[in-house]
Amino acid sequence: MLNLNDILYTQDMINKRHLDIRTITMGISLLDCADPDIRVCAEKIYDKITRRAEKLVKVGEEIECEFGIPIVNKRISVTPMALIGNSCNADSYVPLAVAMDEAAKTCGVNFIGGFSALVQKGCTRGDWILMNSIPEAMAATERVCASVNVGSTKAGINMDAVAKMGEIIKQTALRTADNDGLGCAKLVVFANAVEDNPFMAGAFHGVGEPECVLNVGVSGPGVVYHALKGVKGRPFDEVAETVKKTAFQITRMGQLVGVEASKRLNVPFGIVDLSLAPTPAVGDSVARILEEMGLEVCGTHGTTAALAMLNDAVKKGGVMASNHVGGLSGAFIPVSEDEGMIAAAESGVLQLDKLEAMTCVCSVGLDMIAVPGDTSAATISAIIADEAAIGMVNSKTTAVRIIPAPGKVVGDRVEMGGLLGSAPVMPVHPESAEAFIARGGRIPAPLQSLKN
Amino acid sequence: MKAIVTVVGKDKVGIIAAVCTELAKYNVNVLDISQTVMQGYFTMMMAVDTSAGKVAFGELVRLLEQKGKEMGLSIRLQREDIFEAMHRV
Repeated sequence: MLNLNDILYTQDMINKRHLDIRTITMGISLLDCADPDIRVCAEKIYDKITRRAEKLVKVGEEIECEFGIPIVNKRISVTPMALIGNSCNADSYVPLAVAMDEAAKTCGVNFIGGFSALVQKGCTRGDWILMNSIPEAMAATERVCASVNVGSTKAGINMDAVAKMGEIIKQTALRTADNDGLGCAKLVVFANAVEDNPFMAGAFHGVGEPECVLNVGVSGPGVVYHALKGVKGRPFDEVAETVKKTAFQITRMGQLVGVEASKRLNVPFGIVDLSLAPTPAVGDSVARILEEMGLEVCGTHGTTAALAMLNDAVKKGGVMASNHVGGLSGAFIPVSEDEGMIAAAESGVLQLDKLEAMTCVCSVGLDMIAVPGDTSAATISAIIADEAAIGMVNSKTTAVRIIPAPGKVVGDRVEMGGLLGSAPVMPVHPESAEAFIARGGRIPAPLQSLKN
Repeated sequence: MKAIVTVVGKDKVGIIAAVCTELAKYNVNVLDISQTVMQGYFTMMMAVDTSAGKVAFGELVRLLEQKGKEMGLSIRLQREDIFEAMHRV
């Protein structure tokens, strides 16, 4: 028999500490939508997505009501669009992005991911077309998310694609200048991208995935923060244990909701992403967890160690709670989406260089960072290259989601709205990396032994 | 379907009677009740079976919430699975 305290504890987690299911994401294969005529291809894409995901939002809402736990987002990921677009006789894939956007609107989901290309070793004609289509696609659509994988541990880093993406990010910011470069908030550059990530903006449905699948991302920084208040001043053994237990409880919610949703939608259950995903709401911050461990401000010395411990404990606790774990799995540190990170960045304590170090020990990378509008494409490419190198060498996923906000300078603030939050514009090093990026070519894959 | 009703609010006469009457109205069977008063706040959990309920589960959630508002209480109905999942390995 359940006891009253357990029940009240669960309800407090949900009602007072922001425990929620961050997203249920339906992955849909669009490989059978290829067609030489791009209009036909777009129609097939729209039809397949709306048919497969017809009940996604309705089922999500039913489960929310029955279990009494919010499912904040219902989303869709699709096959990397460059693979589908390759079949079309077209020199722009914007119509395919528009079809994705329309389908997302019809289904009632707030984001659809998969306007993507995987170019870690080289680019096909379709990959180049996709990358060139991103700025217009991001401006012309509301809900489409784009991602490009430019490196991997096995393939190295495609520096031609890195150079290209610096320019694409700049163009995307300019195309969406009216909204402070909002288009860049929906564009991620990856190394070691995963095929089953349920989180936006980087979600896509990999080619190794089944026809249709349901993946779940959980949240709960507020719950962990609150639990750590109970072990103030105690040794790290106890801190790690507390995080593990809490992560187990959070992840069990994800597993339960995922299994139930996949049963009702009649699609296989994929994975639970063991994540701590913050929101801009007070009390739902990863930065505040690190500070609760004893750091005056997130970003000071000790932050990397604190984050490494947190990230590891979350995985250890979560892995037993779910029968299939995958996605990005780890603590996210998106600056604009985390109230504590915003405060730390605004105070000047949290700098880009420290954030880069933090990405070595957590999921995922330099995420939702606003930089001055006059940051050069080469500098952005160099930031991407650094981040991709961390991912490549450490066999982990890293990513860059950066907003060179048009007309903004250090000290200004970029407002994205909603879950995307707001970001203080952070300084970048003014020294040029132009000649480094201009070299192009490929950084060879790293040695995976002799690891000292 | 087994579910848990939680009722929290300022203690007063007749809370259990009112909640049970409401549940009976929709043919929901009460399996167990556990109740306490913490710092003047009435706190109760009821294990119920909604299988023979006259209205759909989602509707029942709304009706109980409505009843709670009328009485100045918080009344929640949630499937039991969520608590089992979190607190049982």
